[in-house]
Amino acid sequence: MAASGSAITTSMTTAIVDANRRNTRDARADGAFRWLVTAAGMFVLVALAGVALSMLWGGREAFSTFGFNFLFSTEWDAVHHQFGALVPIYGTLVTALIAMLIAVPVSFGIALFLTEVAPNWLRGPVAAAIELLAGIPSIIYGMWGLFVFVPIMAAYVNPWLDSHLGHWPLLGPLFTGPPLGIGMLTAGIVLAIMVIPFVSSVMREVFLTVPTRLRESAYALGSTTTEVVWDIVLPYTRSAVIGGIFLGLGRALGETMAVTFVLGNAHRLSASLLEPGNSIAATIANEFTEADSDIYRSSLIALGFLLFVVTFIVLTVAKLMLRRLSRHEGAK
Amino acid sequence: MSAVADRLYRNRRIKNGIALVLSALSAAFGLFWLVWILWTTLLHGIAAMKPSLFTQMTPPPGADGGIANALFGSLLMSALAILIGTPIGIAAGTYLAEFAKKKAIGETIRFVNDILLSAPSIVLGLFVYTLVVRTTGHFSGFAGALALALIVLPVVVRTTDEMLQLVPSTMREAALSLGVPQWKVTVQVLYRSALPGIMTGVLLALARISGETAPLLFTALNNQYWTSDLTAPMASMPVVIFQYAMSPYESWQSLAWAGAFVVTLFVLLIGILSRAILLRTKVTHD
Repeated sequence: MAASGSAITTSMTTAIVDANRRNTRDARADGAFRWLVTAAGMFVLVALAGVALSMLWGGREAFSTFGFNFLFSTEWDAVHHQFGALVPIYGTLVTALIAMLIAVPVSFGIALFLTEVAPNWLRGPVAAAIELLAGIPSIIYGMWGLFVFVPIMAAYVNPWLDSHLGHWPLLGPLFTGPPLGIGMLTAGIVLAIMVIPFVSSVMREVFLTVPTRLRESAYALGSTTTEVVWDIVLPYTRSAVIGGIFLGLGRALGETMAVTFVLGNAHRLSASLLEPGNSIAATIANEFTEADSDIYRSSLIALGFLLFVVTFIVLTVAKLMLRRLSRHEGAK
Repeated sequence: MSAVADRLYRNRRIKNGIALVLSALSAAFGLFWLVWILWTTLLHGIAAMKPSLFTQMTPPPGADGGIANALFGSLLMSALAILIGTPIGIAAGTYLAEFAKKKAIGETIRFVNDILLSAPSIVLGLFVYTLVVRTTGHFSGFAGALALALIVLPVVVRTTDEMLQLVPSTMREAALSLGVPQWKVTVQVLYRSALPGIMTGVLLALARISGETAPLLFTALNNQYWTSDLTAPMASMPVVIFQYAMSPYESWQSLAWAGAFVVTLFVLLIGILSRAILLRTKVTHD
């Protein structure tokens, strides 16, 4: 009796000790796991901060040498070590602006077509095709631009613009220039073609979030498709549509390869869109490995920092706008 | 009265018709360019296809050759980038979905990750340049892989986060109520359920880095010869395409088209594959 009782207690104690040990082991493993994934999460934060700080650090020489002049000077002289960022900044903004002017209405039309107009059997395949095309590397767009689109611009579009719009009072200076084919306008159009699949798939997804009963109620009251889109879908998704546009803008501003091929790499400020120009990303891509002095390299990194700051602001606006729709959805 | 109503009705119908035609036209317009670009790549690419492409090295100007070393360099650097980026990305995504779901820090990381996701890739290249190339003093394949890993990371973080959040919380509760420790729940239950989604994320990241040029320009640079030495400059498809397309030599340009064709085909195949994975799991999940 006593012997068997002690046997039970020993086996019980070993079981308890065993369970305790397993518990502590599990707790330790849990702690380690938690620590591991937290560290990875923090790494993402540190990565972005690292990107910003390293740009600032690499560009400090340019910023301290040229001061605010760096932003407003058009000079880019590698021989005399004089660098100003105005030409690339101007080129970046202008090409992105042209791209958005073309891409936004077209993307809106595509999204509208895919959510309201097209027959049902067509919607899925076309949407999938557009999303697949959004994944094509930008260098392909650049190559197409250089080998196919530039000759067309040089042979037909540029001369036509020059002779027909060139002597208009206000717009004229924008469209006068030699028929080179390469230039800001070409770069803007290639950029537009590149961001269209991207913006239109964001817009399409956003349009799909509109509750069916809202749309169907409007249809039931006799609205036409246009009226449903204009008065129901757009007001419901306005902020998210703007967010999608800003995402596209962020992409257009920072795009390197599609632009580098067709922009011409000329450090000259000209009013004409038909003249070659430069953008921040194209300048860095073209010149970085050839930069032969510290101040040259530092100026290029400083350009990268400017690009980073601008895209950061644009993307932040995009995120905030897109978030408003999801909050909207959560509230309903 | 009815005449007025008729006119109103007709006007609305006309306006609607115009808007719908415009929308269909813009869809056709958008697709037209994209089809044209694909068609050009296909045409030039197939014309430049030949077996020696995959056996010979990149040639000097004017001579004939292949792109074997660039293909190998791209594969090696992409594989390394996936190997570096995926574990960190999955871990960070797990943190966001399981440990910081409603916390301010989680929201901050999610926001930062989204910025990183759309940040210009050339800036990431500059970052790795100042971090690695400057400190080691030379361009290297490893630096290139690191720059690509920085592009992989946010894609994987985002998909892991989203996919884990889609796993029903009843699964977590069932496993936890059996006394399974949390790390085991995550690794053996949640990851298994979210695996197809995470795989898709990794594939998407692979598609994205296989065509990335800008971050490789001044990290891995280029190399005319076959090398598997990660501490030396390394050739890659996109950089070779860039260099050869910009050159005046016809043989180089045709190699660039061949390269562009291979890369595009690869990216499209991965896109279709990842879509297929997602579609199949969607059926089984319900």
